Amino acid sequence: MTAGAVRAARPGAGLRATARIVAAVDGRGGTALPVLDGAGPFALRRLRPYGPGARVALVGAMSAPLGGDRLALTAEAGDGTALTFTTTAATLALPGRTGEPATYDTRIRVGDGAVLRWLPEPLISARGSDLRATTRVELAPTARLVLREEQILGRAGEEPGRLRSRLTVLRAGRVLFDQELAYGPGVPGWDGGAVLGGLRAVGQLLVVDPAFEARPAASRVLGEGAALMPLAGPAAVVGAVARDGLELRGALDRGWREFARECRDGGIWEQE
Amino acid sequence: MGLDPDVLDGAPVPVPVAAPAPAPSAGSRAALLVLADGRFPAGGHAHSGGAEAAVKAGRIHDARTLEEFCRGRLHTTGLTAAALAAAAAAGVDPLALDDAADARTPAPALRAAARRLGRQLLRAARATWPSPELDALAAARPRGAHQPVVLGLAARAAGLGPPDAALAAGHETVSGSTTAAVRLLGLDPFDATAVLARLAPELDHVAARAAEAARRALGEGADALPAASAPLLDLMAEQHAAWAVRLFAS
Repeated sequence: MTAGAVRAARPGAGLRATARIVAAVDGRGGTALPVLDGAGPFALRRLRPYGPGARVALVGAMSAPLGGDRLALTAEAGDGTALTFTTTAATLALPGRTGEPATYDTRIRVGDGAVLRWLPEPLISARGSDLRATTRVELAPTARLVLREEQILGRAGEEPGRLRSRLTVLRAGRVLFDQELAYGPGVPGWDGGAVLGGLRAVGQLLVVDPAFEARPAASRVLGEGAALMPLAGPAAVVGAVARDGLELRGALDRGWREFARECRDGGIWEQE
Repeated sequence: MGLDPDVLDGAPVPVPVAAPAPAPSAGSRAALLVLADGRFPAGGHAHSGGAEAAVKAGRIHDARTLEEFCRGRLHTTGLTAAALAAAAAAGVDPLALDDAADARTPAPALRAAARRLGRQLLRAARATWPSPELDALAAARPRGAHQPVVLGLAARAAGLGPPDAALAAGHETVSGSTTAAVRLLGLDPFDATAVLARLAPELDHVAARAAEAARRALGEGADALPAASAPLLDLMAEQHAAWAVRLFAS
């Protein structure tokens, strides 16, 4: 697959862009990045690694997603690799010239013995925007994953756009976590007491680790708007709701420390 | 069908053990009323569907906030439950649906409540609409399957179709919270029932979507089902489970 970005010839139509990251073992105990391919709004940068793992940052190179855009990002962490993914700034969903929704599809595969830390900055749903985001993660049986997801509804003091997302995690071919979220104008009941109740930031930190098989995480409440919840499988999620992005990050960082305390496994818990 | 005088007398009706498994009866629509009746002995009355925690947090305090709470619940966990029930009624493998329900329920307190309710419903349903499929689910999940899956399979055993199963599941996600809010807030029962009536067209819509997704799941598997979630319901369920004293089990 070649990465690329095409502004369609038809005026008003959206951007199509893809990016691809491939991590593979380098044969010297480390992780190499044989493919780091992106264009348009996707500029991928290799960062100086802390240890044997590879680090990649997505640098926002243009405004996207706008309404009508079709963005696709794929990442493959091969067997035995360690990869950390970050972004240099929040992703801002903005309205486009047409009323069409934008799509942002992320596909991730993590091989046996590999560790992927997927730690992007928040997704912000600006007023008038309409984004459908999907993330599908396929994990090999002994893969490990830390995935952070933060959604901010509206910029400061602004009404949110419409945001629909689905996060699906499969492990050894079986679904481990499947969650659809929908907020904003036209979504029934999204701001009521069952869904967000006036709050504007929502997120989670999802951890999959075969070590949970022998010793599952214990569920616990982490203050007013957050909880650590073991899943039905070797995984746990810290879910959090908050008034804004800062408060949300604080809650997820507390969750991160809870995990780190429990599993004293340096590699996966090294804070970014 | 005539009334059986033995049943009216209250005498036990012997069930021939070697009798062939009854095929799902050719659906009586009235079976839906039996299944969806709040008095159906399946233990649902002990659960508030998140309303108890929401009342305590001040998120439900009157009929208006109850309505928004129920609307959010209906379009999230209500849709997900309705689709699971419809898929079970359509004949999708109930164990695959039970796994799908687990993946759609991150809060352990809600998984536990769903299995407890499922176990109680399965017991009542097996007595009401005996079926080898219900027996098989009970044998495979002795600690209980997720309640919407059992509800869908019970609907199937009663000869009801996926749209009816979806309606029953969707109705239950809002009726339980409404009844609980009446008890917790001393809300006027007329106002609370009016909330349910106003949500009825949306329930129809949710049930139709759920039945459509169930049809796709027959070919594509349980992944085709919606996974709509509500963050506050998950988080509040975990807080509620940690309370020392509570009126409702969930």
